[in-house]
Amino acid sequence: MTKISSWGRLSAHKHVVTEINDRTQIPALLQSHHPGLAYGMGRSYGDICLNPGGVLWKTTKLDRFISFNNKTGILRCEAGVLLRDIQRLVIPRGWILPVTPGTQLVTVGGAIANDVHGKNHHALGSFGDHLLQIRLVRSTGETIDCDHNQQHDWFTATIGGLGLTGVIMEAEIQLQKVASAWLNTETLAYANLDEFFHLADDSEAKWQHTVSWIDCLSGIGRGIFMRANPIAEDSRITPKARQLTMPFMPPVSLVNRLTLYPFNNAYFYLQKKQAGPGIVYYEKFFYPLDNLLEWNRMYGPKGFFQYQSVVPRAVGKQAVQSMLKEIARSGEGSFLAVLKTFGNREAIGMMSFPQPGVTLALDFSNNGARTLKLFERLDAIVREAGGRIYPAKDARMPRDLFERGYPKLHEFLAYRDPGISSALSRRLIGY
Amino acid sequence: MKNTKNIVIVGATSGIAEHCARIWLQSHPANLTLIGRNAARTEKVAADLQVRNPESVIRIVETDFLDPAAIQQTAEDIAAAGTIDIVLIAQGSLTEQLDCQTDLSVCKESLEINGISPVLFAEAFAEHLLKAGQGTLALIGSVAGDRGRKSNYAYGAAKGMVARYAQGLQHRFAGSGVKVVLIKPGPTDTPMTAHLKAQGAKLTPVEDVAQGIVIAINRGQAVAYVPGKWRLIMWVIRHLPGFVFNKLNI
Repeated sequence: MTKISSWGRLSAHKHVVTEINDRTQIPALLQSHHPGLAYGMGRSYGDICLNPGGVLWKTTKLDRFISFNNKTGILRCEAGVLLRDIQRLVIPRGWILPVTPGTQLVTVGGAIANDVHGKNHHALGSFGDHLLQIRLVRSTGETIDCDHNQQHDWFTATIGGLGLTGVIMEAEIQLQKVASAWLNTETLAYANLDEFFHLADDSEAKWQHTVSWIDCLSGIGRGIFMRANPIAEDSRITPKARQLTMPFMPPVSLVNRLTLYPFNNAYFYLQKKQAGPGIVYYEKFFYPLDNLLEWNRMYGPKGFFQYQSVVPRAVGKQAVQSMLKEIARSGEGSFLAVLKTFGNREAIGMMSFPQPGVTLALDFSNNGARTLKLFERLDAIVREAGGRIYPAKDARMPRDLFERGYPKLHEFLAYRDPGISSALSRRLIGY
Repeated sequence: MKNTKNIVIVGATSGIAEHCARIWLQSHPANLTLIGRNAARTEKVAADLQVRNPESVIRIVETDFLDPAAIQQTAEDIAAAGTIDIVLIAQGSLTEQLDCQTDLSVCKESLEINGISPVLFAEAFAEHLLKAGQGTLALIGSVAGDRGRKSNYAYGAAKGMVARYAQGLQHRFAGSGVKVVLIKPGPTDTPMTAHLKAQGAKLTPVEDVAQGIVIAINRGQAVAYVPGKWRLIMWVIRHLPGFVFNKLNI
């Protein structure tokens, strides 16, 4: 038994960890140990990747590429390959993963199970939109190859399927052509939500990537808007990789009322002062926090929550405004706060998180009841707005909000693997 | 010097060997010959390496790992195809010491695959390297080979044999262009040690160990502990007097 935490470090329960060393082992392994759950890098924040007291099938050694066609940009690999390793392999050859989340230190299997999105959702949708095939292994030992035509229902159940439809063995991904590893960026300050939405709408047609940092304590919704496009030609030298590690766990969260106000203020004015165009390397633009390994330690021994919701655009402004007011009033929050508009497209997965609207993601130090109380008030706003919460980030959403937010839940349950269970599935589905 | 290196890996499905190959192919293409007991498993390693470096030429050779005639023939065929720059001998299997004590056939298997098989391959390739007057022969030993310990002396004895053999080859090849490198990894996070990890052992990431091995081979270092701290740790363990050592539960 090994103590395992997810990225939020809210718990450290014991698990039986079984490493998968070879993809051909998977069927036999699944039949002999269950209920279990696939576990990759453990970068989801809450309990979606945990199975306390049970088995975790660790997938990080399933890290082999299977084939890559440089003409078509079709990559096939095992599910434990890291997005980082794909990027480093294909970018020099003129290809790039079309969609990646804010960290590249996640596995392909995890990216599929959470149907992750990135800064270019308005242009290219989510991770699942670029999959050509998934090879899934059920705990019965059965292998299912599913894609856009064959076994399409399994395909849409597994994309964003919370890891509950089986263990993903392999995936085939359509990469996107890219001329350079560098991006032209523009940074702009916004003073309130009106300005944010104006910038977002204005940027969607011409900019592939848009994202914004929002000062969650200002109450008015000021922030920094960033937009970027890949540059047309590569003539720059790859910068030296710089990697630091958060060296220790502070006894209390470094993110607290004393540090947050001055930090947010300073960050806002500094960025505002430096606003304007720039040229940035892709790793720095897409994965700014990957340079500091184990940054989650800064929230101290009690860990932290992330609260990420999406609400429909029609009520988006009021809902975000109300959430920011609640957060400012509570004094909780963090400097890691992101506001972004999603494109007007439905995701392919039955249980995928992205939907048309605006998404707000915030970290919160775990201050126990005080933090949970705030979440209840935020839940009420999301519920009222007809929004949903992102399971990959969640450790506490109430069951009714999950059911309302994911209307295809009932349809999805037919595809669940009875030999797979997670802390999240037991909390939100009951088994 | 020619640009494309001829590299031979025996036991190519071993986690350490596979990661060494990834590092070798990271910057330059190479001619790689992967020798395995099972072609299907070796094939998967080869496919991955081919994606990582499409310009490399990767060959798979399936052979018996204990049959002296097969080993000799394999080495001969490979040497005939071109001058070899590096031979890495990496096969191994970490058997439970307790099983070796209760079942002598397990004990025999452990001695064979961890001891006899690597030295036979080393001897087979040594001949050809000497003829060519160049090349590096690297053998993966283990810190476990430095002193017999109750927790794994069957494996340790086999690895000790590899160490002594490497020493003999180094003596024999002194002054020639051939280098013999003995690598002694500490406990490494590979499929072989999965059961140690389940027991909570702290293991070095295989990527780091492979990096250390590639550097040691480049330098032609006679004995390389990876990570380097094991040189000191094993020096202490080797020099502990019996009455202290025998009290330790290691």
